[in-house]
Amino acid sequence: MSKKRKEAKREKQPRHVILKRRQPNRSRVGDFFVYFFLLLMAVAMVFPLVYAIESALKPLDELFRFPPSIFAQNPTLDNFSDLFVTMGKSWVTFSRYIFNTVFITVVGTFGHLIVASMGAFVLAKYEFPGGQTFFKLVTVALMFSGYVTSIPNYLIINSLGWIDTYWAIIIPAFAMPTGLFLMKQFMEGLPTSLIEAAKIDGANEWRVFSGIVMPNVKPAWLTLIIFAVQNLWNNKAATFIYSEEKKTLVYALQQIQSGGIARTGQSAAVQVIVMAVPICIFILSESQILETMASSGLKD
Amino acid sequence: MKEYLQKYVTLRKHNFRVAVKKAKRAKMCYAFLAPYAILFTLFYILPVCSSIFFSFTYYNILESPRFIGLQNYISLILQDDIFLKGVKNTFMIAVITGPLGYIMSFLFAWLINELPRWIRTIAVVVFYAPSIAGNVFVIFSVFFRGDAYGYVNALLIEMGLIDAPILFLTNPDYMLPICMLVILWMSLGMGFLSFVAGLQGVDRSQYEAGCIDGVKNRWQELWFITLPNMKPMLMFGAVMAITQSFGVCDVTMALCGYPSTDYAARTVVTHLFDYGFSRFEMGYASAIATMLFLVMILCNKAIQSLLRRVGT
Repeated sequence: MSKKRKEAKREKQPRHVILKRRQPNRSRVGDFFVYFFLLLMAVAMVFPLVYAIESALKPLDELFRFPPSIFAQNPTLDNFSDLFVTMGKSWVTFSRYIFNTVFITVVGTFGHLIVASMGAFVLAKYEFPGGQTFFKLVTVALMFSGYVTSIPNYLIINSLGWIDTYWAIIIPAFAMPTGLFLMKQFMEGLPTSLIEAAKIDGANEWRVFSGIVMPNVKPAWLTLIIFAVQNLWNNKAATFIYSEEKKTLVYALQQIQSGGIARTGQSAAVQVIVMAVPICIFILSESQILETMASSGLKD
Repeated sequence: MKEYLQKYVTLRKHNFRVAVKKAKRAKMCYAFLAPYAILFTLFYILPVCSSIFFSFTYYNILESPRFIGLQNYISLILQDDIFLKGVKNTFMIAVITGPLGYIMSFLFAWLINELPRWIRTIAVVVFYAPSIAGNVFVIFSVFFRGDAYGYVNALLIEMGLIDAPILFLTNPDYMLPICMLVILWMSLGMGFLSFVAGLQGVDRSQYEAGCIDGVKNRWQELWFITLPNMKPMLMFGAVMAITQSFGVCDVTMALCGYPSTDYAARTVVTHLFDYGFSRFEMGYASAIATMLFLVMILCNKAIQSLLRRVGT
């Protein structure tokens, strides 16, 4: 018994050495400095966010205390309840703003997911005339920001009669090029034999798409969802929507913030509500998103 | 020559016929692509084309567009001082925050790559959160408030560096640097995620092989092994960084006001908004948009050809 153990020990030693060699060209001192620098940067990055959350939890007397404290001493949720009271008094209630944003985000994200993955599926898995050209156009569209097209977009939406409706924000969001791009790149990794097998078994294209491809690309769904949510949730849409009862949460936030110093606590509370949703979704789906992004490269 | 042309035409005809045949067989594909293709054409291709068209006209929505040739471009470049200021600011912001944000994204992704999984997850969330937190950057207007209650001012006064508070967000000297700081804070976006994922995909055995072949330090490892492996991600990240840094307007509008003092924080996009949605001079605004579009595309192409040389 002990002999065996000794042998095992002897075997283990070289393996240990190999394991150490796995990270060549690293020094302890260098590592220390690198991670110390990273830690500093991480604190600097997260400080404004933490500060925003903490100021939403501070009661009024602490908000204006000087010098300020980073952490609230007597954390309360008063700011949040105040917010509902103030907004309840205005003729458009706060819940209406939340509904607007949630409605736009949910419908826009869902539609974008379906439309973009249908397009991505055929672009990734079938060859047909015009497909490659179309995909190239999409990659060119990645290269300019939406501001370039904001004026013709306004004119187009105007001529469609969608000004001052939710559709003005929702429908253009269906066609976001990043979604199609990421989905297509991820679907290319899917084995073609899977689709062929399903076809031999008698499935038509729609069945292949909904029954085989979509369940297999769930990580990419989440990625599309997070990017669409991030885009729609933070959409101010000030140019498209005029009536007060259709304005979005971010717009309301800006109105409260322009309400001056007396609203400091409440505006901090709104800020937390606005930033919480995308960050939470990201935290929950982080590993799947990274899995998709691994195939995000732009090949030429 | 004639014979050659005839051959060419028959070849084209044949190719076209084959394509039509293929297209007929691929009806399902077109049906699947149609919803996206229609929306994409409507909201991306058509706007770009019509923007180029409107840029040669005088158009104010009420009257129908009147063709005026290159007049919009001429007055943009020769007469509009504020536009030139906007161009200067945008270039300053793009040239500083674009590459810096890009390098930061890669550097952080690279440095956290070897951490244990759970720390890496936290680090990714921490670094990525500012860019999806939406409007939270307005918190910086609290830090940089112009009176003595702004934290930065208070800190500087307490340390004895200044006697009177600095009007950070209304003094033209300080506006741009502060905007750049905030943009850098938010710059670890989609490109960063792409880098993190790409670095995870690099084959570990290549590092060992490199070590045996005489790679001496981390920098050589980075240049000879990591970067060539990451090329597609680097391209994607560059596209994202360029697009973002030329389209900057949210931060300057929210922090420095719209319009800002002395137009010191005006960017090309805010100028576009000013003419498009405040003065309704759509033709003029389209000319701005077209120029911005061309600059973005050209810059992207240039950077891509530069990146193609990485690690060779």
